[in-house]
Amino acid sequence: MDESTELSLSIAHIAQRLQGSHLHSQIERQAKVSRQLPPSHPPAPPEHLKEPLAYMRKAQASWEKRILKSLNSMSTELGVPLARKRPAAEQKELTNKWNEMGTDEPDLSRFRPVYAPKDFLEVLIGLRNPNHDSCEDISARSQWGLIQVPLNVRDIPHLRQAYSELNLNSGQLGIDDHAHVHPDLFENDYVQIGKKVVVEQDSAAAQQYSRRGCPTGLRADLWALILNSTNQPQDVMHYEQLRAGVIQHDLLVDNLIYKDVKLTASNDDYYFVFEDFLYQVLLCFSRDTAVLEHFKYNSATPPKSFLHGKVGDEEYAVVYPPNGVIPFHGFSMYVAPLCFLYNEPSKLYSVFREMYIRYFFRLHSISSSFSGIVSLCLQFERLLQSHLPQLFYHLRQIGAQPLRIAFKWMVRAFSGYLSTDQLLLLWDRILGYDSLEVVAVLAAAVFAFRAENLMEVKSLASAEAVLADLSTLKVIPLIQIFLFATAI
Amino acid sequence: MSIQTIRNVFSVDTGYRLSDEQLVNHFPNHYELTRKDLMIKNIKRYRKELEKEGSPLAEKDENGKYIYQDFVPVTFMLPADYNLFVEEFRKNPSSTWIMKPCGKAQGKGIFLINKLSQIKKWSRDSRTSTFVAASSGKEAYVISLYIDNPLLIGGKKFDLRLYVLVTTYRPLKCYMYKLGFCRFCTVKYTPSTSELDNMFVHLTNVAIQKHGDDYNHVHGGKWTVSNLRLYLESTRGKEVTNRLFDQIHWIVVQSLKAVAPVMNNDKHCFECYGYDIIIDDKLKPWLIEVNASPSLTSSTANDRILKYNLINDTLNIVTPNGEIPDCRWNRSPPREALGNYLVLYDEEQAQSENAERDLRSRSGQLLGSKGTKASAGARPTTATWK
Repeated sequence: MDESTELSLSIAHIAQRLQGSHLHSQIERQAKVSRQLPPSHPPAPPEHLKEPLAYMRKAQASWEKRILKSLNSMSTELGVPLARKRPAAEQKELTNKWNEMGTDEPDLSRFRPVYAPKDFLEVLIGLRNPNHDSCEDISARSQWGLIQVPLNVRDIPHLRQAYSELNLNSGQLGIDDHAHVHPDLFENDYVQIGKKVVVEQDSAAAQQYSRRGCPTGLRADLWALILNSTNQPQDVMHYEQLRAGVIQHDLLVDNLIYKDVKLTASNDDYYFVFEDFLYQVLLCFSRDTAVLEHFKYNSATPPKSFLHGKVGDEEYAVVYPPNGVIPFHGFSMYVAPLCFLYNEPSKLYSVFREMYIRYFFRLHSISSSFSGIVSLCLQFERLLQSHLPQLFYHLRQIGAQPLRIAFKWMVRAFSGYLSTDQLLLLWDRILGYDSLEVVAVLAAAVFAFRAENLMEVKSLASAEAVLADLSTLKVIPLIQIFLFATAI
Repeated sequence: MSIQTIRNVFSVDTGYRLSDEQLVNHFPNHYELTRKDLMIKNIKRYRKELEKEGSPLAEKDENGKYIYQDFVPVTFMLPADYNLFVEEFRKNPSSTWIMKPCGKAQGKGIFLINKLSQIKKWSRDSRTSTFVAASSGKEAYVISLYIDNPLLIGGKKFDLRLYVLVTTYRPLKCYMYKLGFCRFCTVKYTPSTSELDNMFVHLTNVAIQKHGDDYNHVHGGKWTVSNLRLYLESTRGKEVTNRLFDQIHWIVVQSLKAVAPVMNNDKHCFECYGYDIIIDDKLKPWLIEVNASPSLTSSTANDRILKYNLINDTLNIVTPNGEIPDCRWNRSPPREALGNYLVLYDEEQAQSENAERDLRSRSGQLLGSKGTKASAGARPTTATWK
């Protein structure tokens, strides 16, 4: 045997040994992320890594153009430059009140959010696949909902397989830790396992563990472990550099961040306490060029602006804002729940950034990813249509398309709609299954839970009223019942 | 009924007698607990009594501080204790103190001092017109060591408002309302002395904060206790959080036990108190004061729901089954009638349990640790007899 056969043989041996082990699935997942395509394909052009479907890429590009135009015209109309260096005195002042930016009451009446989820929904509704003639399948598979693109989304039988840990027979935090259930039945042992996972610092185990929920006292550690966000000295330093960047330069998007926090978190019963933390995270985030990395696999492309007087000249183009993410109405709610877990700004920052570049960016870019917002919308509508057809039909008849109500929940991954403890239980599952799919399942489950009341309503407004307050819902039982106790 | 009306009802001059079907919402001398100076006096006396009995609850640590009874900030009466105060102040001249008029509420008349010269007025009073000032009570102040290391959340200072219902003092039966809340200052907390005059930084009273520019009318600066618990459990862990809440329950019970012997335990009375508690950055709770008439007006929609429920649940306990009240009732409502209240301490039940325990283990080790005591008191009533 020559050397190369020997080598390939031993590789085959190792591969066989790995089969079925946890490490194997980890490596496989990692490989998928970095390749994004089956290995047999010829190397794909970079834009295919971002988004394989041409019509999706096109739609995303024209949406970006619109947002950027609106940002630029805001800059011109208000006479506020996109960026400017702060004079020394102002820098000093900002340094002094870094911890209390919330007490500042700048006049923001002239600023309006660049867009709200509503505007984005209209774009998604308008999406069409030019190669697909929707008249063809006017039969049972026809889509009553608003999303009219053919994407593969999982139905309940498939979801049951994928989310097997949530089945009715396995213990869950969010159900089996209820006050009336004796802790010896499930909770105590489960917490012990969680402590072990934290001690072992095993990221894969933490992710698997999170599928059945993280105990409150261990969640901060477990999430950081899953996200590999360890808050090393260099992370702290990185955060300090970003902070210095905020102090040196004033950006137009800062006003949008201020405005958004004032409009959302500052008025929220759960999150108002953390207003200052939100500025400390979001202002730094907008300046973090490390975020640009994620555009390799995000269908979006960072917006570019041109240096003064050089409009159109690519040589003078700069990414703006520096992280390539233009905040929209409600953006700060991606950070707010994390403030319950981390009280150190640099730690809070690194966990948020990791959550963003893994999950949240998918909620406001147009893509065919199964975790992307288009798939979530479609999945929500399909679940509702196939399992609660009467309800769907009724709501459609009265002009209350379900997605019009559920979209705002999904865009924020339910942040700001659920009570915080419930939201964290939901996000446990997002991290555990490394997917946002569960968000669409919960949205459908909420409709199922309120089906009786919704069948009575006669208008969109009254349907919205029935679903206005989700803060009393217990999300895990809802998801579990919807997935495992619905007749199929 | 307001405190004033109650005073009239129980006044000898009016000669009014409550009938058996009449219940009132204050104890005749509730001020033993709810006036700042009297509360301190009663707690000091209670400690001494415990010490005299040789009770394990009066145990002291190596610095001479009570281990289980050190739950109110060091406090003196002015002008009466002026000299004692000066002695204490000189020990630690950089400390900040808070001056509160004895008989006022809602943060009125409160100010902070860090120099003796700022309260000279009270020293002169004590020399010249000792008796007038002390007996009229009008100018009497308490001065307490200011908690200058409060626990901050999101960089902001807060205090806790908890509701506690007492249906009888002898035997003591009290209930804790689950839906208390944290009141946040709208302005960032700075312990610096330059901000001493800015009361928005230091006082969490909604009546004060409402006048600040930043007052938010959606949430009113109020955060539920369940939010606090979630935050503390997430950031500090479950064990220390549980210990904190156990300690809070403990200091409420201790403060009530301190006044129980002097309280006129009229059978027509019940009372719902507003407890103000500050937590310091070592997660130690401090009892600041007790209000006899906690605000029942509402500043936000959620507040309205909370107070509606508070009144409803209170009335359900004191008038069981919604029947015409009878002041001779046994004061042991069934578990279903508790609503959002939980039994904090039931002396009758605790005694019968203790008796049982003593029988079983003759070691006589009587509830040495406060942890067991507090949890014993907090356990919901299961078998209440009579």
